[in-house]
Amino acid sequence: MRAFTKITARVAPFDRANIDTDAIIPKQFLKSIRRAGFGPYLFDEWRYLDHGEPEMDCSQRPLNPDFVLNKAQYQNAGILLARENFGCGSSREHAPWALEDFGFRVLIAPSFADIFYNNCFKNGLLPIALSAEIVDSLFKDLTDGYELSVDLESQTITTPAGREIAFDVDQNRKFRLLNGLDDIDLTLQHAEAIRAYETERAKRAPWLFSDAMTAKV
Amino acid sequence: MSGKTLYDKLWDDHVVFTEDDGSSLIYIDRHLVHEVTSPQAFEGLRLAGRKPWRQSRNLAVADHNVPTTHRDQGIADPISRLQVETLEKNCAEFGITEFSMADIRQGIVHVIGPEQGATLPGMTVVCGDSHTSTHGASGALAFGIGTSEVEHVLATQCLMQKKARNMLVKVEGQLRAGVTAKDIVLAIIGKIGTAGGNGYTLEFAGSAIRALSMEGRMTVCNMAIEAGARAGLIAVDETTIDYYRNRPLAPKGDDWFMAERMWRQLHSDADAVFDKVVELAAFDIVPQVTWGTSPELVAAVDGKIPDPARETDAGKRESMQRALQYMDLKPGQAIVDIYPDKVFIGSCTNSRIEDLRAAAVVAQGKKVADTIKLALVVPGSGLVKQQAEAEGLDKIFIEAGFEWRDPGCSMCLAMNADRLEPGERCASTSNRNFEGRQGYGGRTHLVSPAMAAAAAIAGHFVDVSRIQSGSQ
Ligand code: SF4
Repeated sequence: MRAFTKITARVAPFDRANIDTDAIIPKQFLKSIRRAGFGPYLFDEWRYLDHGEPEMDCSQRPLNPDFVLNKAQYQNAGILLARENFGCGSSREHAPWALEDFGFRVLIAPSFADIFYNNCFKNGLLPIALSAEIVDSLFKDLTDGYELSVDLESQTITTPAGREIAFDVDQNRKFRLLNGLDDIDLTLQHAEAIRAYETERAKRAPWLFSDAMTAKV
Repeated sequence: MSGKTLYDKLWDDHVVFTEDDGSSLIYIDRHLVHEVTSPQAFEGLRLAGRKPWRQSRNLAVADHNVPTTHRDQGIADPISRLQVETLEKNCAEFGITEFSMADIRQGIVHVIGPEQGATLPGMTVVCGDSHTSTHGASGALAFGIGTSEVEHVLATQCLMQKKARNMLVKVEGQLRAGVTAKDIVLAIIGKIGTAGGNGYTLEFAGSAIRALSMEGRMTVCNMAIEAGARAGLIAVDETTIDYYRNRPLAPKGDDWFMAERMWRQLHSDADAVFDKVVELAAFDIVPQVTWGTSPELVAAVDGKIPDPARETDAGKRESMQRALQYMDLKPGQAIVDIYPDKVFIGSCTNSRIEDLRAAAVVAQGKKVADTIKLALVVPGSGLVKQQAEAEGLDKIFIEAGFEWRDPGCSMCLAMNADRLEPGERCASTSNRNFEGRQGYGGRTHLVSPAMAAAAAIAGHFVDVSRIQSGSQ
């Protein structure tokens, strides 16, 4: 996984609550068996005027001029600012893949849906939950070319005016993200503990460890 | 010290170890796999040269992309076909059992899990799908995960998790005739909102929940995620035990008796303390119809569409306005004056035998209205289909003018050929009414199976509880 330490990037404001994963990446794109290449289809139904299908060449498609990410001043934005309950809906990791592939590294909102929030950390994306008041003040401050600096190590956001905003992040997730660590490697370092758990559990619940767990084909 | 909640018990039982910051490595008993969220996970294993930790704990099935007609001709869409074939190849390569499209046991992953006894009380159950919460109906801790976690579970049989908080949702009293599990859960979401359960595990309790069948309980837990909670739970009782007795993968002989004894402990202790408690009176719940593009935008069938102008919260007002525009509806419009173009009975929320029976009761001897372009009934699994046919439900539907299809996710998310066209309106028994969910530009109204069938017959929404109590 790509490590995240700090960035200074342009902010794109998306003034909407409950932006769901179906909107972030519509289901027709979930048919892909690849992990990359979802960026051009991010927010597909809102971003383009036509209906998108997987493998389409997006450079030829008509853009929706009213859609925020299509505005000139938000090109190359690295930080997305949104409202409550961002990422609600499905567990599809294609949602953070698409956001990351598009170029976002940080998401700021008053709250995130749990599964989505978790998925972000696995993909080098930092979701930051701030109080609704602070998010609102950021929306109000925002002018063309507005940039924020985000430092994960010190857990602070710095505005162009020099205002520092502290944010919370789970220490375990922070450590993994800062170092770009592979979760599976970390867990496999505890293989002995997992086996010990299985041995003990097998005494209490032997049926879970019998052949009957496998459906015969 | 106060007692433990059901969630506390399930959690404690699966902790391998806990780190200083409170995150725990949790052991996963059952991993369900489907074609959409697994290809990149298998690819990850392959690239790292890893093997599944325990092959027998995984069970795979293709459901999202499968066609619901002409199965023998395979999958026409080449991209869908590749995804389903990739699942088959991956399962063969990694030694994982998969129910193929031709297998009578094939179906929606959340329908076949309990049906086979692959998901059991007391288990931790995960799947790369948010509606994994369904399996919590049997007193299992079940939640959806992303693809990175699918790979993690395949490789380690564990997940790093932080414990959620406990919320109790109590529904007391008796439901009125014609009011179902779906109406209960829509009413709950209407009350607490789609973010109300964020950070919580919901336990559904109270006499109205206890009175539900396992199928009904699954409907309720299925939609816990629509209330923002990753997991929903219902305590084990006689209904649970009866349901699992003799399921193909349920423990047998002495193991069964040992399991049963253990499962009977799976309820919150009387003195358990919840972080939050929400209460609803069953008698107040009438059949529900969503009118917006989020499940919380829901109204009683005998009600009207609320006026955004009267909403004081600016954010909410705006989402209501946007929803009304997308749905092409007006404030003050009566719900019964909404006319669907299509009707969909199916999905992991409402495609079990009891759901089909409830719809068939309404459809029996009637005809689908001329204005309805398509009315689909899609059973949740091959076995549900077989059972329904044994009961003659297929004939009732077909005679009434419904189409009787093969099992899969179908028009719940329209990844296969079943979908809405732009602007079309649908009465659907599924769980999400997001923009474009059932097809680009499509408009979804979430309802119970009986309500969907009644809308198909009448051509517009009607209060099925009135039909069923004979007062209309
Ligand atoms: S039926 Fe719908 S909600 Fe359920 S698993 Fe399939 S697509 Fe997801």
